[in-house]
Amino acid sequence: MMGEEFVPLSLTPLLIGICAAVACALPGNFLLLRRQALIGDAISHVVLPGIVVAFLFTGLIAAWPMMLGAAAAALVAVVLIELIRRLGRIEPGAAMGVVFTTMFAGGVLLLEQTDTSSVHLDVEHALYGNLESLIWLDAVGWQSLLDVDALRHLPPELPRMAFTLVGVLLFIGVFWRPLMISTFDESFARTLGVRTTMLGLALVVVSAIAAVAAFDAVGSIIVIAMFICPPAAARMMTNRLEGQVLWSVAFAIVSAIFGYVLAGYGPLWVGAADAVSAAGMIATVSGVLLAIAAVFGPCRHRAGSPAGV
Amino acid sequence: MLLDALLLQLGYNASLVAIGATLLGASAGITGTFLFLRKRALVSDAISHATLPGVGVAFLIMVAFGGDGRNLIGLLIGSAVSAGIGLWCLNWLTRNTRLAEDAAIGAVLSVFFGFGVVILTVIQSLGVGRQAGLEGFLLGSTAGMLWNDALIIAAGGAATLLVILLMRRPMTLVAFDPEYASARGISVSQIDMLMMALVMAVTVVGLKVVGLILIVALLIIPPVTARFWTERSDLVVVFAGIAGALAAFIGAALSASAPNLPTGPIIVLVSFALFALSLLFAPNRGVLAAVMRHVRFQRQVHLRQGLLALAQGQVIYEPLTLRLLRRHGLLRADGVATETGVARAAKALRDEHRWALVRADQSLEATAALYDGLREIETVLTDDQIRDLDRRIGTPREVLA
Amino acid sequence: MTVVLARENGISPEQEADAARIANAPLTIRGLTVSYGDKPAVFSVDMTVEAGKMTAIVGPNGAGKSTMLKAALGIVPALSGRVNVFGAALETQRGRIAYVPQRASVDWDFPTRVIDVVMMGLYRELGLLKRITGAHRAAARTCLERVGMADFATRQIGQLSGGQQQRVFLARALAQGADLYVLDEPFAGVDAATEKAIISVLKQLREEGKTVVVVHHDLATVADYFDNVFLINTRKIAEGPVQTAFTAETLQAAYGGRLATAQVDQLGAAAALHTSQVGAT
Repeated sequence: MMGEEFVPLSLTPLLIGICAAVACALPGNFLLLRRQALIGDAISHVVLPGIVVAFLFTGLIAAWPMMLGAAAAALVAVVLIELIRRLGRIEPGAAMGVVFTTMFAGGVLLLEQTDTSSVHLDVEHALYGNLESLIWLDAVGWQSLLDVDALRHLPPELPRMAFTLVGVLLFIGVFWRPLMISTFDESFARTLGVRTTMLGLALVVVSAIAAVAAFDAVGSIIVIAMFICPPAAARMMTNRLEGQVLWSVAFAIVSAIFGYVLAGYGPLWVGAADAVSAAGMIATVSGVLLAIAAVFGPCRHRAGSPAGV
Repeated sequence: MLLDALLLQLGYNASLVAIGATLLGASAGITGTFLFLRKRALVSDAISHATLPGVGVAFLIMVAFGGDGRNLIGLLIGSAVSAGIGLWCLNWLTRNTRLAEDAAIGAVLSVFFGFGVVILTVIQSLGVGRQAGLEGFLLGSTAGMLWNDALIIAAGGAATLLVILLMRRPMTLVAFDPEYASARGISVSQIDMLMMALVMAVTVVGLKVVGLILIVALLIIPPVTARFWTERSDLVVVFAGIAGALAAFIGAALSASAPNLPTGPIIVLVSFALFALSLLFAPNRGVLAAVMRHVRFQRQVHLRQGLLALAQGQVIYEPLTLRLLRRHGLLRADGVATETGVARAAKALRDEHRWALVRADQSLEATAALYDGLREIETVLTDDQIRDLDRRIGTPREVLA
Repeated sequence: MTVVLARENGISPEQEADAARIANAPLTIRGLTVSYGDKPAVFSVDMTVEAGKMTAIVGPNGAGKSTMLKAALGIVPALSGRVNVFGAALETQRGRIAYVPQRASVDWDFPTRVIDVVMMGLYRELGLLKRITGAHRAAARTCLERVGMADFATRQIGQLSGGQQQRVFLARALAQGADLYVLDEPFAGVDAATEKAIISVLKQLREEGKTVVVVHHDLATVADYFDNVFLINTRKIAEGPVQTAFTAETLQAAYGGRLATAQVDQLGAAAALHTSQVGAT
């Protein structure tokens, strides 16, 4: 592939896809071990009402208000789920189901009620994202990476996603020990003085930030898939948390690259004219990786008894 | 307009859809209750998202054979097949790998949905005309629905409900007490499969009305709502059916009464309104009742603890206890017990002695199990029994400071 | 009848005596009530743990043994009550307590190795970012040796037997280098060799002047293993040296009809026998 074609058209979507996938997969490891894997699912559903409300307030289709709205919606959802779970003594799965379907329904209704026909705001966009369109038109080839003028016109999603990834990395890196201890043994962590409730909430908030930033670029399908599939596949490969996190990052990167390439060039190989959804393809590839790991992974079977037995 | 809709005066199609939605809502509520009681509510989320690739593939196949591609029955069969595959993957992952069910649900949900979107974009790129109908499966759309489609939905809703009614006995048994059920000779795994088949049926029939993202709300919200109103599990099933039917009927009618009111979201929001009312105001399990009970309970505990401490001359450290004792006129501002305080404290301590005897007496074992520090002994023993205990304690003694 | 809390100087002799006990004991609990829902699991319990002794917390199933300790250590919220650790607030004394939870409370399929679990005990020393040095690893290894698990250091925790898992938990507590050790049912479902290994480590700790509190369910071994006993059944039933607090009478009060009379007599006799032996030596 030639640089003059690859750099402007494919480099930025690929990088954004990779950053988004890794930023979601990292906290996903802990959510998976905490039996909170579906938090990612809930968060990505409530992003829609968040951006619709943000649009109604500001009248803008701009990244920041939408991201703030989405983040606020994610927080509201998490708090509501906890409230319903505790106050109504409802099991977490059902509480989650009540909250995210209702908020999603509210989002769809608001969207139908407001005139957004003039702007690019619709349900499909929220679901699929639009990774393919995040191109870097000012680039002419690899040399553009050194061209300050061209760099200034990078799609804003790239620095935003990279920035988010750095934030997620910092959080996981700094709080690695308490995260691991409280995920394994919450009562013990409390006796060490770890504020486990706060830490659990922080993990969810960081996940929400990653989800919202990723959603803006790539849609919510990737978000749900990346929260769960790479960590789940990594779980089958190793019996150490460090190893699991590294494997999940590798799986996330492979999904992003293969998914993007397959979506863009796969149809051409079989003679079709148009590309298919990159977001959907990335999720599909991550599922294939999970299937392979589930059948052949060296550590695919349970080793110890679960809690409460 | 709304009244017309509620009274089924908006034309054959709208009325048929409303009836179908109501039947569907009832089936979903009841089926969902079985899932909810087995703590597998979100399995329905995986099943519903897993229908998408089936819809797309069915469309492609029908087009490839020169058909219209929008034949509702064909699309629904496709969705059922792929939902079945999704369910099989989910079960395989939880059974054969170390993944917990929630992770397996998330994996199936996201991967099948992602693959479905890929197929939708394939269909778009093929440029086959009139594919727009497929997007309706995401969020549901009853606007401009054909008479035939409406009939299929009504019939599907009725059929599911019929199966549930026929099978309600064994299903209820399995949901509430699988061990007893299998002792009675009912195959738990077969009933489980039937439940999942019903979930799939509800999902598939509901696709066109509420869409695959929101159908899970119909399966989850009514059972949770019903749970607030009763502790009796057979009644939960009935209430959930009623809540589901009510929400679906009102939602369908509302949506037919004005433009820009998509059926699926409206039904979900009506359902949530019923839930929110129950969460707040239900007797016993409702939040308001629980908060009031907790405050009362906390005060009871503190007061009782305070009285016992007074009687035994122990130090009271808790500010709330001191405040409550003062407010009830049991303790003076300077920390000295009032006359009533002394009397009530002596009574509390005496009751504790009585309870100690009850615990030591094997013939009163059932009564002893009721002890929780708060229960008045007069409520569990007869006067004669209490007199008997008092004889064993001996004459009332002064409690030494 | 005089129930006077306030004297002229505002402090009663009872208050003074209690304050002295609270200041000196490794763990004191006053008026602790914990409830799940609207039924107290633990009601208005006072406890004073004696320093340098091994104390057993004993009571029937569902009597609130573990709940009381969990509330005392701030793991579950209490409805009322005051807890002091070495005379100060719990939060300031975290570094001096080592807690061993029930084995069944964690997921043993968690992706980690034996040595990593023991290293968790060093968390207060390591903090968030301090580098792990050879000295830390050596310390963790020593703790594993003390419980006889050194050969298993790099095993995945899911591959251990129940007894081995329990020993790893104890090694993690040893790594904390605490002054007060609190163990929740450490002998539940473990093999005889493990029980022996654990009790000998606990006795070593006592010899080093540490305090040990154990939630215990096996009445037959109470007199053998422990100095003090705390009997609970929602309320405190008895507290003190095994010889005086672990009697047929207190057991009957704690267990009621749940314990056959013959069994109670036998245990009471065992305790009495033990007492006379202790008296003789």
